[in-house]
Amino acid sequence: MELTLAIAIGVLTGSGVWLVLRPRTYQLVIGLSLLAYAVNLFIFSMGRLRVGAAPVLGPGGAGDPAALADPVPQALVLTAIVIGFATTALLLVVLLVARGLTRNDHVDGREPN
Amino acid sequence: MELSPLLLILILPFVASLAVVLSPGASREPVTWITGLTLLACLIVTLSLYPSVSGGDALRLQIDWIPSLGLNFTLRMDGFAWIFAALVSGIGLLVVMYARYYMSADDPVRRFYLFFLAFTGSMLGVVLSGNLVLLVVFWELTSIFSFLLIGYWQQSQAARDGARMAMTVTGMGGLALLGGVLIVGHIVGSYDLDDALRSGNLIRSHSLYVPALLLILLGTLTKSAQFPFHFWLPNAMAAPTPVSAFLHSATMVKAGVFLMARLWPVLSGTPEWFMILGIAGMTSFVLGAYLAMFQNDLKGLLAYSTISHLGLITLLLSLGSPLAAGAAIFHMLNHATFKASLFMAAGIIDHETGTRDMRRISGLFRYMPITGTLAMVACAAMAGVPLLNGFLSKEMFFAEAVETHADSWLDTAAPYAAVLGSALAVTYSLRLIHSIFLGTPPESFPREPHEPPFWMRFPVMFLVVACLVVGIMPAQTIGPFLHVAVSSVLGGAAPEYSLALWHGFNLPLAMSIVALVAGVLLYRVAGDYLERSERPPLFGRIQGQRIFERVMVAISWRWAHLFEGAFGTNRLQPQMRLLVAVAVAAGAVPLLASGLSFGPLGNGPTDFAFTGLWSVGMICAVAAAYQAKFHRLAALALLGGTGLVTCLTFVWLSAPDLAATQLVVEIVTTVLILLGLRWLPKRSLDVPEPGGWRPRLRRFRDLAIAVVAGLGMTAISYAVMTRTPPDSIAKFFVEKAYSEGGGLNVVNVILVDFRGFDTLGEITVLAVVALTVFALLRRFRPAPDSIERPEQQRIQRSNDEAEPDTEVGATKAEYLYVPSVIMQWMFPVVIVLAAYLFLRGHDAPGGGFAAGVAMAAGFILQYMAAGTVWVEDRLRILPVAWIGGGLLLAAFTGAASMLLGDSFLTSYFRYLELPIVGKVPLASATLFDLGVFGVVVGATVLMLIAIAHQSIRRLRAARLEEERQRWN
Repeated sequence: MELTLAIAIGVLTGSGVWLVLRPRTYQLVIGLSLLAYAVNLFIFSMGRLRVGAAPVLGPGGAGDPAALADPVPQALVLTAIVIGFATTALLLVVLLVARGLTRNDHVDGREPN
Repeated sequence: MELSPLLLILILPFVASLAVVLSPGASREPVTWITGLTLLACLIVTLSLYPSVSGGDALRLQIDWIPSLGLNFTLRMDGFAWIFAALVSGIGLLVVMYARYYMSADDPVRRFYLFFLAFTGSMLGVVLSGNLVLLVVFWELTSIFSFLLIGYWQQSQAARDGARMAMTVTGMGGLALLGGVLIVGHIVGSYDLDDALRSGNLIRSHSLYVPALLLILLGTLTKSAQFPFHFWLPNAMAAPTPVSAFLHSATMVKAGVFLMARLWPVLSGTPEWFMILGIAGMTSFVLGAYLAMFQNDLKGLLAYSTISHLGLITLLLSLGSPLAAGAAIFHMLNHATFKASLFMAAGIIDHETGTRDMRRISGLFRYMPITGTLAMVACAAMAGVPLLNGFLSKEMFFAEAVETHADSWLDTAAPYAAVLGSALAVTYSLRLIHSIFLGTPPESFPREPHEPPFWMRFPVMFLVVACLVVGIMPAQTIGPFLHVAVSSVLGGAAPEYSLALWHGFNLPLAMSIVALVAGVLLYRVAGDYLERSERPPLFGRIQGQRIFERVMVAISWRWAHLFEGAFGTNRLQPQMRLLVAVAVAAGAVPLLASGLSFGPLGNGPTDFAFTGLWSVGMICAVAAAYQAKFHRLAALALLGGTGLVTCLTFVWLSAPDLAATQLVVEIVTTVLILLGLRWLPKRSLDVPEPGGWRPRLRRFRDLAIAVVAGLGMTAISYAVMTRTPPDSIAKFFVEKAYSEGGGLNVVNVILVDFRGFDTLGEITVLAVVALTVFALLRRFRPAPDSIERPEQQRIQRSNDEAEPDTEVGATKAEYLYVPSVIMQWMFPVVIVLAAYLFLRGHDAPGGGFAAGVAMAAGFILQYMAAGTVWVEDRLRILPVAWIGGGLLLAAFTGAASMLLGDSFLTSYFRYLELPIVGKVPLASATLFDLGVFGVVVGATVLMLIAIAHQSIRRLRAARLEEERQRWN
């Protein structure tokens, strides 16, 4: 299971990095989204992988802390997901506006000669 | 905390500057009175403190600031600080009185008094600081406010240039001073001024003494405009004259010599101190006097004379004898008195005649005899004529110059330089008097001069009388105060000196006579030549100003361009490549240095389904990467596939909160990008894929980078995941979640309670981003090729037109009719879902973030179902109100706990018994979460509808186009 997720993180990172290095703006949007998945999974995995354990306590606060999934990386990733959406939106809009101004969708605002 | 008088002196000017800003109306009288009364109050408080410092003790006030770093807000007033505080506030008061008449009706006086007060406060801060770092802070503040004051007439190029030059030179010095002070603090082990003053021997014998000395002197010499940094002072004369009178007599430039005197017991007495200050002081003294002779601008003459007199003070301080240091302090006071009065007299002359050019003014005595007499007396004090205060300190200077302090050429040269500089001072003073007040008046002045109003002349008169009184009866007037000041600097061991007018016929008196006679003779011989010369011979070509400008151009323009050319690029791709490469290298270096090893846990039991799930996820990711260039929609769908797999992974690995949030975010992201796709170009098949080996090589290199980055991430994450987790803070959160946070869902409790402040920051970021998106799209101009109707709508339209019995637009109206009806019906369901997610959030998976995004998804579904126009006719969402309300709610919930005496964002909780519903947990954190919910809804909806709304823009453009076609 750990190996699967590690490979998945690697593949997502690789795909994201490849797209980030491409010249079209839309590739950048998709690339950053893929990188965001990879980073979120990476941070999440810092709490180690637990199957069938919820970070929710029993009634009255009962529950063995050791049996719970690590809530800290989860809290970090939760806000990261929402912020990630915001930055994707911002990037997309900046690119749309840039395209309106420059009449092309190259990341540099002009086609290479 | 009771308001200590020390704090009062320091705070009053700053408070008053606020009052000046806030004072209503455009009238100049109130702000003038505020400023004047404030300085009067500072003066009175200072004077009232004299009994406390006259015994040789120092008043102290210490407020802890960052005690762990040794930074305290320490104020300290001894005799020396007292006399300076009195000087600053006293002369400040006189200058305000003068400025009331000087500033013209067109000048924005409020700004003037604001800067003036803030500058005075900063200067008082320098004088009263008892902590070296605090002193540097105020020191830099004086640089900043003097910049603003010198550049007060911002419409004038000369004022802007002069201000910038003063700021650059003194600011650089301030930076050096900070470095020096930090070294001293390191040597002493404390930044407290008292500790530093006690550690003279330790500092002087330390190996870091020379660097500390160099840095501190760089700060003081730039501030006091000493050679070779003197060039900024003449350029600062573009300031209004009250500013010059204040900055270049009692404050700004005096800060440098003040600090040198302050640290004199600690730093002086070494050969380095003697050589650096001796050379700088002597050169400034003689060169300043020499250049002053040749100035045709009245204020220019005074500026160079200021450099010269400060050189005299520096030279005295360099000698290392207590007697000389005492004389230096005395001359600081004397110079402040006569120079302030001279600057103000120069301002009156400028004001009355409309020019400061000495070649155009003469015979002015006839028009303004009183001002003329006052200026002449002040000039005589500047020249060191007996019966005036300047004579006394100059006499002491001569006596010290003759003494041998260190056997070197500098010491041998000192008496000759002293006589030479003093003779030149006599010459330029004579020139000032002769060319302005005597002789025949010119045919016409730019303005007909007459005496100024009494109160404009009063400050000059006051200071000139002070010069006279001190000059005639020194021991009875300034004597005791000076004694207190000098002994507080020298640590109680004040030297024996006699402040008498007549010491008998001795060598210093002879030198005075020689200097006076030589100066008069020089003026008789060369007076006409000085009047006619445009530029001083010998040193005229060496202009510090030009060197400064060259350096500035080189640093800020030429080198910057070279640097940019060598390392910069306008293109994004190389930058990104560099960024990724550096990131990979930063990860690889420690990995290679300490070796990669995997932990003991190994690969846990793998569910086949999990592997299958991720096979799909990875294929989606790679395919998205492959397709993103030409098949955007496909890439988006594939991206969504990876997102869903990520979401399922969260479910699988015990993170239901993440899964819920990821799912709703996935939806809105997809909708958002779909909306954006509308405005991106279609694939143009006529652009050929670039061939050749270069692009191929480039792609291969990028692929290699991507593969290395991916492999690295795999290795690192596997290495981490197979290790046993260390004791993390998770345990604390889990244990306290219920007992202190009142919630069972630990993740949610962390977000809204334990780390509530972080969350507040994050929702603020979210709000800022949403507003930015909104602002960017308000003036959105789509690319011309995207304005046209989408292809699908065009086909539907042409079908409608082809069919005789369908109206145009009917197909579009009924397009996806069933799904849109379902989406409209789902609206209440989505709202209930959001409410459910929110309410259960504290105890079960859910919470403000997930609920907010779900709610936003409900809104955008309506846009998709019925179209922008239909929705906006029926539903007013007001996303900005959601954002603002949410932020306020979150912040106020946090602040409410402060009312109860707890720190920000402390939460309260209890269970509330409600009829029917039963027990409901009610924590103040829930209110905070409600704020989060509001911001998330508002921000998400704002972004989505801002971009959805753009379709109307097309309609408007298209409608205009269609109407035009119909009329043609």
